[in-house]
Amino acid sequence: MKVRSSVFASFILIFEVFGICLFLRGFFPVPVKSSLSSKSKLSDLPAEPLTGGSHNSSRLPQPLFKRVVIMLVDAMREDFVFGVNGRTYMPYTRHLVERGSSLSFVAKARAPTVTMPRIKALTTGSIPGFIDVIMNLNSPALLEDNLIWQAKTAGKRIVFYGDDTWVRLFPKHFMEYDGTTSFFVSDYTEVDNNVTRHLESTLKRDDWDILILHYLGLDHIGHISGPHSSLIQPKLLEMDDILKKIHSALIPKEAEGSLPYLLVLCGDHGMSETGSHGGSSEPEVNTPLVLISPAFKRKVGMEKPEVVEQVDLTPTLALGLGLPVSQNSVGRLIPGVLEETSLRDQLRFLHLNGHQLSCLLKDSMPDYQKEVGFEQFRVAEKAHGSWMKLFLEGNTSETLTNMGKKVLKQYLDALAAMSSALSKQLGKYDMYSMIVGMVFVFQLLLVLLLAMPEALSGAATVDLPVFSALLSLPFYLLCLLLASVHVLVCTSAESSCYFCSLSWGLVFIAIAFSSAMFCILVSMATRRLPLGTKIHGKSPLMSSSSEWSLSELDVLLLAGTIGHTLSLAASSFVEEEHQTWYFLLNTLCLAVFQDVCRKYFREQSSGDEDEHILLSKDCHPPAYPKAEICSEKWLALATPPFTLVCCRLLRSLNQTGVQWAHLPDVGHWLNSSEHKTVLSLLAAFCLVLIYFLVQRRCSWVSKIALALGLLGVYSYRAAVGNVLFPWQHSGRNTSKGTVEARFVYVFVLGILFTGTKDLLRSQIITADAKLKSRGLWEIYSGLVLLVSLLFRAHNLPVLCCCLLIQTLMAQFIWKKLHYDAAQTTIMHYWFGQAFFYFQGNSNNIATIDISVGFVGLESYVEAPAIFLTALSTYAGPVLWACHLVCHLSSGRERSPVAVSHGCYCLALLRSVPAAAYIVLVTVLRYHLFIWSVFSPKLLYESMHLLLTAGVCIFFNTMEQSRSSS
Amino acid sequence: MWDHEIRAMASTHAIIAASVFMATVLPAVVMPGFSVYGAHLLWIYSVSAAVTAVSVAVFWLLGITPPTKKHTVGYKLSKLVRSCLYFFLSCLFFHTVLVLYGAPLIEFALETFSLAVLLTSLTTLRCLCVLGPNVQAWIRVFSRHGAMSVWDTCLQITVACTLVGAWLGAFPIPLDWDRPWQVWPVSCSLGGMIGFLTGLVAAPAWIHYHRKQLTYKCK
Repeated sequence: MKVRSSVFASFILIFEVFGICLFLRGFFPVPVKSSLSSKSKLSDLPAEPLTGGSHNSSRLPQPLFKRVVIMLVDAMREDFVFGVNGRTYMPYTRHLVERGSSLSFVAKARAPTVTMPRIKALTTGSIPGFIDVIMNLNSPALLEDNLIWQAKTAGKRIVFYGDDTWVRLFPKHFMEYDGTTSFFVSDYTEVDNNVTRHLESTLKRDDWDILILHYLGLDHIGHISGPHSSLIQPKLLEMDDILKKIHSALIPKEAEGSLPYLLVLCGDHGMSETGSHGGSSEPEVNTPLVLISPAFKRKVGMEKPEVVEQVDLTPTLALGLGLPVSQNSVGRLIPGVLEETSLRDQLRFLHLNGHQLSCLLKDSMPDYQKEVGFEQFRVAEKAHGSWMKLFLEGNTSETLTNMGKKVLKQYLDALAAMSSALSKQLGKYDMYSMIVGMVFVFQLLLVLLLAMPEALSGAATVDLPVFSALLSLPFYLLCLLLASVHVLVCTSAESSCYFCSLSWGLVFIAIAFSSAMFCILVSMATRRLPLGTKIHGKSPLMSSSSEWSLSELDVLLLAGTIGHTLSLAASSFVEEEHQTWYFLLNTLCLAVFQDVCRKYFREQSSGDEDEHILLSKDCHPPAYPKAEICSEKWLALATPPFTLVCCRLLRSLNQTGVQWAHLPDVGHWLNSSEHKTVLSLLAAFCLVLIYFLVQRRCSWVSKIALALGLLGVYSYRAAVGNVLFPWQHSGRNTSKGTVEARFVYVFVLGILFTGTKDLLRSQIITADAKLKSRGLWEIYSGLVLLVSLLFRAHNLPVLCCCLLIQTLMAQFIWKKLHYDAAQTTIMHYWFGQAFFYFQGNSNNIATIDISVGFVGLESYVEAPAIFLTALSTYAGPVLWACHLVCHLSSGRERSPVAVSHGCYCLALLRSVPAAAYIVLVTVLRYHLFIWSVFSPKLLYESMHLLLTAGVCIFFNTMEQSRSSS
Repeated sequence: MWDHEIRAMASTHAIIAASVFMATVLPAVVMPGFSVYGAHLLWIYSVSAAVTAVSVAVFWLLGITPPTKKHTVGYKLSKLVRSCLYFFLSCLFFHTVLVLYGAPLIEFALETFSLAVLLTSLTTLRCLCVLGPNVQAWIRVFSRHGAMSVWDTCLQITVACTLVGAWLGAFPIPLDWDRPWQVWPVSCSLGGMIGFLTGLVAAPAWIHYHRKQLTYKCK
């Protein structure tokens, strides 16, 4: 089956989008969330189960503890307390563990073992996923139902000292706090002294109920020198001393009759053998959890600590303090805490916990009734009811106690089953879906790569052996094999898997598609091998095989593309990706400059020397064409330096990234209120310049519409209050500018409509190349108008420079130097990437300007808001890609297949980094920065792929009209 | 084929490399507390000065500079003045390029200019020594198939190596390792220097290896 390379590329891109979607679904599991947006309240708690009669004795459980001290030591490993060296590291704690009235556990943390998600896990009881981070994009505060909020609402007074992550997560929750930043990793004494210095006075006072201490020093030591360094022991001894101080301060306050205290020693995560954390190896995951309270039995010797989940602490603390368990908690009550209470209370606590878990289960699973745990809970609840009935009747026989114990056991089983069913859903990568997505993407990429010589040849068609592949035996065998593998994986997987939950029809289509792709791949590869030298494209990319004719520019383009893809493996390069693109773009401009110089200086000496010498000597002879050539030469020579200067100016307009983001930039300077006049002048100048750059190729109707539209853009900015309006009196207040924005939208739609009309007419009726090119440019100018409305006022120079560079480069470089479609496409792509960052974007979700979604809308409407936000974020790449379409299809001397070549190259350029990046992310899934750096970038990459697929389809329609004409 | 030239080139390069080495070691002996990172500007100046002096001396002794038609003092003087001018212009050019690449305009101006001086003394100076202050010859040598002697090829290789080295040297800057050599312009100047030394070794070796294939058209 022969297809044009543009169609081929678009198909590949669309299927790649599907593959990436599957990958993303596996990478970001949907979090278990209660659908209720409110938080748990005390009044919502269920009544005590009781069979027969609505007995009104259902009481709320008595809290177990009066005050709680939580001592959280960052990166505390389990063996620091319970291990062989525990006795020398933390002697007092060890003594308490072995002889005191305490309970000790090994608490298992979930990956990512990084402080912030772990604090969230400890307070909410849920296991935070990346989606949560995106959901709470605008506020760093924790909005979910959590322990701290519950405690505050119940009137508990909370004091906090330590890592300021807590202060950011829970603003205004603490009665008293002092946050220390964990910014200086090399400091490991001061951070802890800053916490300890408050301890003495706080412990003397009586006006608090919960005291939270978060010590960072141990984590810092781990990062500096690892878990076996000599610094560890003194630090742990210091921690031990602090624990002793707290414990001895709490003991005398213990009054007869009142509720006891609880002292909790825990770690948020462990540290690996090299001292880092973030992954899920044993030493990183296992943390100690020591509960010390006179309410517990005295121990008589060292026992092997029981293993619990880290999130189990949350319901235990909540119920221990008499608070409702937070809604999304998946933890279960630690039964050891209840040992000394009455059987009735024990059952009541377990019932409350079970009720909360079953509610969460109902909300998060469609077929919750099939769950074992849910069923067990129902049975246990019933048994509890009948036990209560007997108990309230005053029965105190042995059988009642035995029956109660049985109910207790049932409850515990139910809790364990429900908790594990819930936590299976979250905090885990769905590897099977990820791998399937990756396999799809890679098959497609390989097909794309193998088709390169054909796709870039003069005919620009790709011969896909689809039918022979579909009719071959290996295809059916592969289908069977893959289906059996699928069944095998899905039946043996213990955790939930998205790809397995898909319907059979979809799965079968995917399997058939994948095996067909594989067959095509193999047949293409075999065809390519012996014929490798015969089918030889004209592209410079492929000519390397036979003769060494790569110019410096080609080397740069190839090396830059590959180097950029490789650089994505380092978190710093992802954070500072704009630097990579600026750097490459600069080098590209210099290389182009060298090409131009070579053309105009070298040819002069080698070619027709006389004429050129004559030309260079007198530039203004009466001969018109010569003067034009001369001025053209200087303009061509000036274009790359001018581009370089533009890029340098734009670069200082918006500082992005992480390391240098705090530096002052021109954008901030312009946006400050005292420079409003400058900003207004600049915006007006840019809009005028945009008009002059865009209007050249439009019909007069569009010209007028464009002028009015740009005027509307300015008045919109004035209405919103960004810029000054000369005729505007100060009496008017700033409005939302809805009218002005809609005024612009009308013109945008008008211009787009005219453009589409021209395109259709050129395609159907007249087959006029000129009309078609005009239609394209009109669509382009409509897009420019829309983007100029969406861009902030200080970003208008970016748009302006973009148009200026496009015009100059198209005029003097791409046409004059006879760059082929592949080279032009790569340059356009690089420019698009650089302009993405010039706009002030970065690989961090936080830089997306969400306010764009409200331009011209009274309230939030989802579809247009998403469209507008996406367009304004990706304005740079989209504008450059559209310019590429216009440029490639409008040149007269262009070969007719240029558009096809461009489309193919664009698809290749986009799918190589996307495919490489998903592999990198999979490999680095336990990296420390996976949630903060790599995951947002993954979302950006997928979004970009989606947009490129859209642009490629646009390419296709252009190509279509050409072939029909 | 050009055994004599290759030998001369290798020895010249050895002398220049030794001068770089001495310019690094001597200040460390003389000045207490000198280090390449710590007193980086000083290192740049000492290396630049050493390379300049040694290159000028060696190439003048070898007599590779294009034969001059006139031997008057005035002509030589004007040539010297023009060379100095070119040297300075080249410094400005490199400074501009560095700023265009994103070096801060005002904040690190001295550091940027020092790097420009270093790059000039590693690249432009050699051109001045070998080709003289003759722009036409420069354009000829640095366009494709423009080399007309072994020395031209050598020039191409060393200049390209130096510039590529400095270019590659910029890559570690964004990494968050907090090392002393990631400070601007240490990594770039080190990269340029390493590239230059590589070029010094690579040029004679490459020419020696390809001496059979090398043909130069004479004008």
